[in-house]
Amino acid sequence: MTKVVSRGESGALGTTSEQVNVGGRIVLAHGGGGELTDELLRGQILPRLGNPALNRLADAATLEVAGARLALTTDAYVVQPLVFPGGDIGRLAVCGTVNDLAMVGAEPVALALSMVLEEGLDEAVLQRVLDSIASTSREAGVNVVTGDTKVVEHGRAEGMYITTTGLGRVLDGVSLDVDHVQAGDAVLISGTIAEHGLAVLSRRKGLSFASDLVSDAAPLAGLANALVRELKGVRLLRDPTRGGVAGVLADLAAAGHSVEIEESAVPITPTARAAADLLGLDPLTVANEGKFVAVVACEQAHRALGLCREHRLGANAAVIGRVTDRQPAIAELMTAIGGRRVIQKPYGEQLPRIC
Amino acid sequence: MNEQIEQLRQRLRSAGQAVNGTVRIMEVCGTHTVEIFRQGIRSLLPANVKLISGPGCPVCVTSQRFIEMAVRLARQHGVLAATYGDMIRVPAAAGSLEQVRAEGARVQVVFSARDALVLAKENPKLEVVFVAVGFETTAPATADALLLAEREKIRNFSVLAEHKLVVPAMLALLEGGRARIDGFMCPGHVSVIIGSEAYRPVVQQAGRACVVAGFEPLPIVKALTRLVEMAAEGVANLENVYTVAVSAEGNRRAQQLIDQVFERGPATWRGLGQIEGSGLRLRQAYRQFDAFERFGLTPGPDQEPPGCRCGEVITGSIEPPQCPLFDGVCRPTQPVGPCMVSSEGTCQAWWKYHRVRV
Repeated sequence: MTKVVSRGESGALGTTSEQVNVGGRIVLAHGGGGELTDELLRGQILPRLGNPALNRLADAATLEVAGARLALTTDAYVVQPLVFPGGDIGRLAVCGTVNDLAMVGAEPVALALSMVLEEGLDEAVLQRVLDSIASTSREAGVNVVTGDTKVVEHGRAEGMYITTTGLGRVLDGVSLDVDHVQAGDAVLISGTIAEHGLAVLSRRKGLSFASDLVSDAAPLAGLANALVRELKGVRLLRDPTRGGVAGVLADLAAAGHSVEIEESAVPITPTARAAADLLGLDPLTVANEGKFVAVVACEQAHRALGLCREHRLGANAAVIGRVTDRQPAIAELMTAIGGRRVIQKPYGEQLPRIC
Repeated sequence: MNEQIEQLRQRLRSAGQAVNGTVRIMEVCGTHTVEIFRQGIRSLLPANVKLISGPGCPVCVTSQRFIEMAVRLARQHGVLAATYGDMIRVPAAAGSLEQVRAEGARVQVVFSARDALVLAKENPKLEVVFVAVGFETTAPATADALLLAEREKIRNFSVLAEHKLVVPAMLALLEGGRARIDGFMCPGHVSVIIGSEAYRPVVQQAGRACVVAGFEPLPIVKALTRLVEMAAEGVANLENVYTVAVSAEGNRRAQQLIDQVFERGPATWRGLGQIEGSGLRLRQAYRQFDAFERFGLTPGPDQEPPGCRCGEVITGSIEPPQCPLFDGVCRPTQPVGPCMVSSEGTCQAWWKYHRVRV
């Protein structure tokens, strides 16, 4: 997926000026995981690089290699600040990539790690990030097996950027695809939402607010692999990172599947809700780094929920809605007060540099 | 809550059935507009109840020529222009305040008028201009900062103000049948300042129902229910369902602050044009703080961006999708008009919560 990095400081919210004036230039919103990212992918990248594996735009590509089904994914990490409550860029770089593998039903096999370091970076920060990569990799049951390090002049990067590439093995008999989704399926989320985006934001320069919010960044392969091994009725897994849960639901609608979500069923902590209110953000559009949305055959929804809740990372899992046969397809929220409204993919990134 | 909502929905249904034709209700508060969209409240209303989002978003009603002047001030006069967040993104002919900042102009977002005054104290060699917009909610804060500047003899501080008053605009909307409105849901925050009795002329002279409402979904639905019921009964009363915060007479201290510093005068509203007595201008005694005078600014023609129909959206004569720019060239990250710029703007709320792509 595409990310855009802001240059320098601007404005009270840090980054808004680069988001305006689309016209021949890349703007921050192109990297936000919203509609503009889609435009960049479909307008620039796919016409030049498109092929059957890439065109699916899945979290990870799945490939048949010498009889084995492999999954391959890569992700760049440009989060600011580098260290945030509940994690740092290193933990994020492992979780994000491992989770992308898990979302296509693969167990992680190996990671590659590339780092771009800025001249002058405090070694203590680098050590912390590397320790974090080590411990998160252990947690995810995977090793970093190759890598690369480059250093650029002071001012050419903000501390460090990381790219991780993940190789996985797709579990036997598992096939997750938006085309498998059917009307009547249940939509499930593995836990409370919006914590990563809000936690990073709470430490953003010029915007910091006191809060005990902690990023939810966590490697989900253990839980996600267990779910798809156990239940054949799991149709689709998606991790709601940039664009949040709203982005995933809007993608389902764009693929022709209507969804109805019960606002009161969506798990969110009071702290996260208050922080989102304070910032005027819809929590459904805020990023998560340790949650997945699962679409599961209705008759297996209860078991899926049970399996999630048995796992440390799925204790607050909940069924939040269902797929319907309404056409044209639309993602809708049934609000707490009984109203209905559309759930949209956010246009661009209101909170850049969160991953 | 579900039980209360169910009761209200039942009342709405029967009142809706009892009404002859369509009931048109205008909410005159950007925060209400957003909450109505966000909570899907439109979907709870009977088909013959139509909600119109009125001129309740301060950024949206600010005249284009005022925006042009603010941009000119920042670009050409070497001042530090301080203003509220969404203001910096409204496009002007020479670019928005945000864009001229990228070219080197001094523009800073502040959260209050006092923050702008602090900037003036911290930068004694710079002229700091607070670009002040908003209704009776923000006007007292502007007055307060200006009085403080006077007391503390801060000479490098001035205000470029286009504060507006809500009730004259409501009356102007009704004049000559400009907009067909059966009742108003009156703003919460503004009413805290002006008090519920301020809407008496709308009820008595114009014969339109007014209900003051808070911001939680339930009170909003309650206020709408009362407005539809009044339409069904053929009465137009003044009611207040936000009594926790809004008294009949309002906040006297804030009103005094406004009166001390400002006097009523004409104001230009986007979409409504000039309305007598709907604006606040600095009294003679405070003109030394008037950025218009200090920098010799004269308003140019009031030309809105080509094709932009924000004016008609604000008066409720069209809905956002009827504007040919909506969701095409005009989107939240590349807005053409202020209704798409502001997080309280009708177009942005519609785009976020109500847009259906087929």
